[in-house]
Formats: sequence, C-alpha cells, structure tokens
Amino acid sequence: MARTLSLPSKSKKTAAKKVVRLAAPKVVAKKASPKSLKPLKTKGPAQTGKKSPTKPITAKATAKAPTKAVAAPPKVTSSDFSSSPFNSSLKPAEKIGFLREMLRIRRFEQQALKYYNQGIMGGFLHLYNGQESVAVGTASLMNGHDEIITAYRDHGHALAVGMGMNECMAELFGKGTGCSKGKGGSMHFFAPDKHYWGGHGIVAGQTPLGLGLAFAIKYKQINGCAVAFLGDGAVNQGVFSECLNMAALWDLPIVYVIENNGYSMGTSLERSSAVNGSLAKRAEGFCVEWATCGGFDLYELRANLGAAMERARKESKPMVLEVSTYRYYGHSVADANTKKYRSPEEIDLYKSEHDPITLWQNQLLSEKVITQAGIEKIDDEAKAEAAAAAEFGIASPWPSEESIFEDIYHEVDHKTEAGQTGSFFFSE
Amino acid sequence: MPLITYRQALNDAFAEELTRDENVFLMGEEVAQYNGAYKVTEGLWKRFGSKRVIDTPISEAAFLGLGVGAAMMGLRPVVELMFWSFAYVGFDQIMNNAGCIRYMSGGLINVPMVIRGPANGGTNVGATHSHTPENFLANTPGLKVVCPATPYDAKGLMIASIRDNDTVCFMENTLLYGDLGEVPDGSYTIPLGVADVKREGLDVSLIAHGRAVLTCLAAAEILATEHGIEAEVVDLRSIRPLDEETILNSVAKTHRAVLVDENKPFCGVSAQIAALLAEHAFDDLDAPVLRVTALDAPAIYSMPLEKLQLPDAQAVVAKVLSSF
Ligand SMILES: Cc1ncc(C[n+]2csc(CCOP(=O)(O)OP(=O)(O)O)c2C)c(N)n1
Ligand SMILES: [Mg+2]
Repeated sequence: MARTLSLPSKSKKTAAKKVVRLAAPKVVAKKASPKSLKPLKTKGPAQTGKKSPTKPITAKATAKAPTKAVAAPPKVTSSDFSSSPFNSSLKPAEKIGFLREMLRIRRFEQQALKYYNQGIMGGFLHLYNGQESVAVGTASLMNGHDEIITAYRDHGHALAVGMGMNECMAELFGKGTGCSKGKGGSMHFFAPDKHYWGGHGIVAGQTPLGLGLAFAIKYKQINGCAVAFLGDGAVNQGVFSECLNMAALWDLPIVYVIENNGYSMGTSLERSSAVNGSLAKRAEGFCVEWATCGGFDLYELRANLGAAMERARKESKPMVLEVSTYRYYGHSVADANTKKYRSPEEIDLYKSEHDPITLWQNQLLSEKVITQAGIEKIDDEAKAEAAAAAEFGIASPWPSEESIFEDIYHEVDHKTEAGQTGSFFFSE
Repeated sequence: MPLITYRQALNDAFAEELTRDENVFLMGEEVAQYNGAYKVTEGLWKRFGSKRVIDTPISEAAFLGLGVGAAMMGLRPVVELMFWSFAYVGFDQIMNNAGCIRYMSGGLINVPMVIRGPANGGTNVGATHSHTPENFLANTPGLKVVCPATPYDAKGLMIASIRDNDTVCFMENTLLYGDLGEVPDGSYTIPLGVADVKREGLDVSLIAHGRAVLTCLAAAEILATEHGIEAEVVDLRSIRPLDEETILNSVAKTHRAVLVDENKPFCGVSAQIAALLAEHAFDDLDAPVLRVTALDAPAIYSMPLEKLQLPDAQAVVAKVLSSF
C-alpha cells in the first residue's frame, strides 16, 4: 500500500507508481493517469515566467524544479479530445449551448466591470474572464446529482449552473432582489437547488465543505460526486491537505479542481509554491489520484474532468485535477498592480492564443456547427441580457432594514417553537 | 427517576437521536472504537456501526468543515471536539462557514450541526486545554451556544440541539461528566433560550452557566446557613439564545446581581449580562452588579494556583457579602 511513505527520495517514485496503479481507473482509461495524460500541461501558466513569453512548452512533468523562463501554455490540440467518450456524442445544440454560456459569463462580467468602475457597484469583484471554459465545462458534465462548490471567483460557476443574470447582477449591486438578497455579494453566490453551494470568500475554506458534500453523497448513496474548485494559491492552505487525506481515507467521491491561473493575487505560482512538476502531484502524498490538463479547450477539459467525475461516481474515489487557465483582469478589479507582476505581453498572448471562447468559436466554425453570423447573434443576445440585468440590478430596491435580522437563524426565520424562546439578537 | 451521570445522559441523548433519525451521525477523534476520549460516546460505535459513529483523523478544520458541508446537504452531524480548545485550528469553519453561510446565502442554506465537547479549566492541564470559548462563539450571530450544568439539562438540551436546524455549539465539562443526577428514560427536550431557576431566593440573584451554576448553589447554601441570605440561582443553560426575561425577572425580585462565570471577565459572558442589567435593570438594582469570573490570565498549570483562578463558593460568598 502506498499509505505509508518513509524515505523521501526513493519512496516518492514508488508512491507515484503505486498511486497510478492503485487507481487503474477503468473509466478514466489512460487519460487521467498522470503518467499517460497527454499532453501533460503542467507548465502552462503555472510556471509562466516573465521572460520569453512566446516559447511553447510541451515538456512532461519532471522531478526537476520548475525553470523560470517558461512561458506560454502548450498549443491547444482540440482534435485530440473531440473523440473522447465525453465529447464524441455531443449534439450541435449542446456545443452551441456551451458557447452561449461562456459568452454570457463574459458579457455579464464586462457589464459588471463597467458599473464597478463607475463606483456604482461596491465590494470586491473577482472576474473570471479567461477562465469561462472551466465552469461551463464542469456544469455541462453535472448529472443532476453532482454537487459543486467554489471560492470567491464564482460568477462563472453560478451562471454556468443556471443562475439567472438578474439575480446575480442584483446581488453585485447589493440589492434585495439579489440571489443572496444583497447579503452575500460577489464572493457569495449560492443556488442549492442547482447543486451549487457557493461562493466562498476564505481561501480554501470551501475545500472541507466540498468534502462534506461528497460525504453526504456517499452517506445517502446517491449516484453523484462533488466537484470542489480551488486556486493555485489555495493549495497551500493546510486544510486542503487535511481534506486530501480524509478524502482518500474514506473513499469520498470528490474531484478537487485546481484552477491554476498562475497567480494568487500578485504572487506567481513559482513564488508561492514548492512544485515538483505540478501542484496536483502533491496528491500522491495522500494516495489520491491526480492529473493535469489544459483548461482552455472545452473538449480537453470535458474529456479530463468527465473522466474524473465518472470515476468519482462509479468508484467513490477522490481525485485532484489541475487545470491550466488564465485570468485577464487583476485579482479583483481593485488590483492596481495587475500588469506589474506579469507583463502586458503575457496577458495579450493568452488573450490572442488561448482564449477559451475564441478557441471554441473556431472549433465550432471548423466543425460547421455554427456560422460567424450565428456566433454574433449569440454574442449580441448575451450582451443584451447582461445590459438588461444591469438595468434590473440598478432599478431594484435595496434590501429592507428589517432584513438585516433575517436569514441568520433558520428557527427564527421559520417562527418555529425553537425560534421563540430567548433572545437571539442583542442590538437595540 | 434513574440516577445517571452527566456523561451517560449525553450518551443516552445520542442513542435516542441516532435511533430516531438516520441522518444523525457522530464524528470526531476517538469517538468510535476508542469509545470517546472521555467515554461520552461509549458503546455507540458497537451499537450503531461505522457509518453512524465515525473516527476522524486529527484534522479539526477538515472534519468541522466536512460537518458543515454534510449539514448543508441535510445530514445532522454531531461533531465532537476532544476539547473545545482544539476548535481554534478549525475556527474558520465554525465562524465563517457554520456561522455565516445562512446569512450570505440569503437564507437558502441552513447548517443543522452540533459541535460539542468539553470546555472548561480546572483540570490541571495548562492553558491550551482549558479554554472556554462560549463568549466568542456567542459573539457570532448565526451560532447558538449551550452550556448545561446538570445531567438532566445535558440530555434534554442535547436532544433539542440535534433537532435544531441551526448550528449549536454545545459545551460540556470534564469536571461534570461524572456528576450524578435524576434523568428520565427516553426522549425529552429542553428548549434553547430558556434559563432555569435552580434555587429560589429573595435577596440576591446569582447568575451563571455551566459548572459555575453548581458553585453558585454551594455558595447559596453557605449564604443561607451562615449569613441568612437567600440567594436565587439562575442557570442560563444557553448563552445564545439568551433568556433575558428570566434574568431580569430575578433581579427585579432580588434587587441584587452577582454574576459568576468560569469564562474570562473581558468581553466574557458575564460582561454581556452586566450590560443587559445596566440597560434594563438599573432602577431595580440596590447595589452595583458584581462579578466573580475566572482570573484574567491564561490557565496556569500549577494545581493550587489553578484552583484560585476559577470561581469557588467562598469567592462567591465573599462577593455577595460585599454587596450588602
Ligand atoms: C484565508 C485567506 N487568506 C487570504 C485571503 C486574501 N486572498 C483572497 S484571494 C487570494 C489569492 C488566491 O489565489 P488563488 O487561490 O490562486 O485563486 P485565484 O484568485 O487565482 O482564483 C488571497 C491572498 C483570503 N480571502 N482568505
Ligand atoms: Mg490563482
């Protein structure tokens, strides 16, 4: 068993092999095995340095420390993944639907950004621009019994699972019509009816909650899995390591998706994490299966995440999937240093070469699933929907003053017997 | 009525609820095969099996968070902390997640979880194992805090807490686990937010929670027999919700209040009660509100000095006498 690791250098390899073998996932086949996943894209933005941002990297994960001068992610090779069992039977309407969802997220956020910059909208606004494929790909794989949870960069996941633009936009404006009645804000969107459990502002604080979702799925014998997202910075929180151990120990059906956008605020991955090939590889130490994949191309994301989720459901086993992705804007809109810790060229490179929406549009055009005019129509609709949502948000009333004391205690809200005894609130 | 220990009363409460509701499960370090570090869960693993009574690794943050996540999905976790002092490594999960998710989701989610374990000093184990965090847990709207003093209260409050649809922080006391008391068989609940007048009296109100209630009862006996003072002892039982009415009624009757608290004085539970009395009982009071609390220092190891740190009956008597 790979459960006990003792000698660091030697056992590392053994453990790695054992984990791969242990997993030998039928459904995942070769793709999700770290050794055979191709192309291994651990050197995406993760190890992006500031220099020579044009050199593509296709190196496999090695035991070497990451080198500094690595830049762009590997060329996306969509065709490699279109025939994956998770993609081969997609219908044109579904593929177009993915495009629509990604465009809706982007237009929604750009609309929000406009009002944020005007000072009409407050809070933090962590934009997901550039990462849309990850949320949309995930939502497209949910089977109705799967549960997902993420951190504060949560607008994309919220819209992807089907939350409405109006309620989300109104929440950003802090209005009573918001999805959390103006009580949560940008970082705290929830839709349990859509199997979406937030929206969490504390870095990695959601990772044990995800474990709880998986625990409940297993306890209730539901045919589903939990998918918990975290950032490349969040992996360094201790609680995440605790979670990996418990997930493996108890065979919980959870996929931890590390959305590796290369930065945690202004700190590049190489300045925050000791990495031996990839962040996901840390899972080995906990006997958790892991893999890495590119997140720019929906086919690739779906192929890898689909396999991971399927395995979690069928075998009730955890997995860590590290997805390379990139955010175009600052950490939040308030991030004044967004171009200081990375070069404008780097941002441009990702926008021009690895934009998930452009890539998907080109894919669909080449498949003749959609026309340019068709794309523009969808985009116009997304823009109009976002503009209308902003109007809705602005026109909506503020939450009532009384609502300050609502939604704190279930028993009080529901006026149950337990909500009637004693004082619950202590301000006059 | 059967005479059983505080520990057994809790154990009975778990057995009742595990039997009644299959969504209830117990989780924590050593709760299952080891039968509980303080044997509070003794026999339950054997009786209910590994699905319902679960040993965890020493990962408070992860298993508290797991409890919150599972509770969001409708399960009813009863999560044991070997000591409440250990909650601090998982505090984020309690304060931010259990405490705030309902609010931040606009009421879409609730977290029906019980977090329980002993929270007391006085056991000669030093500061790290002697914390009494009821004050700062009660400082978080969204959490409920319960501190039973007797076996009867422990069982009824525990059953009510497990059935409660909000997160309840349930604080036990290692010094009370062996205490005997009359406890009915079967299921019964004591509502949260209802204080209990454990002794009636006309001369002074002693207001306390947890083990300090027993200290007050002992002090009341001394006051009655040696000083002719009849003290009323108000057991808060739950800190949040708080039964303000019973407190105010008692003080309106006795015109004097001495607050006895094993919690620290600064922003402690007694400070909240003092504020309540200052605002709402000013005209009833014939003397200043006085407090006997834990001394304002980390719990000391040295045994005789540690005894000085917590309120005892003599200190309470002295404080009461000083108010006349
Ligand atoms: C416990 C905690 N520490 C620090 C922060 C402040 N903070 C918010 S996001 C963030 C960076 C996280 O980066 P990453 O995990 O890579 O996610 P990304 O922002 O890239 O999506 C920091 C330091 C926080 N919210 N919570
Ligand atoms: Mg990041």
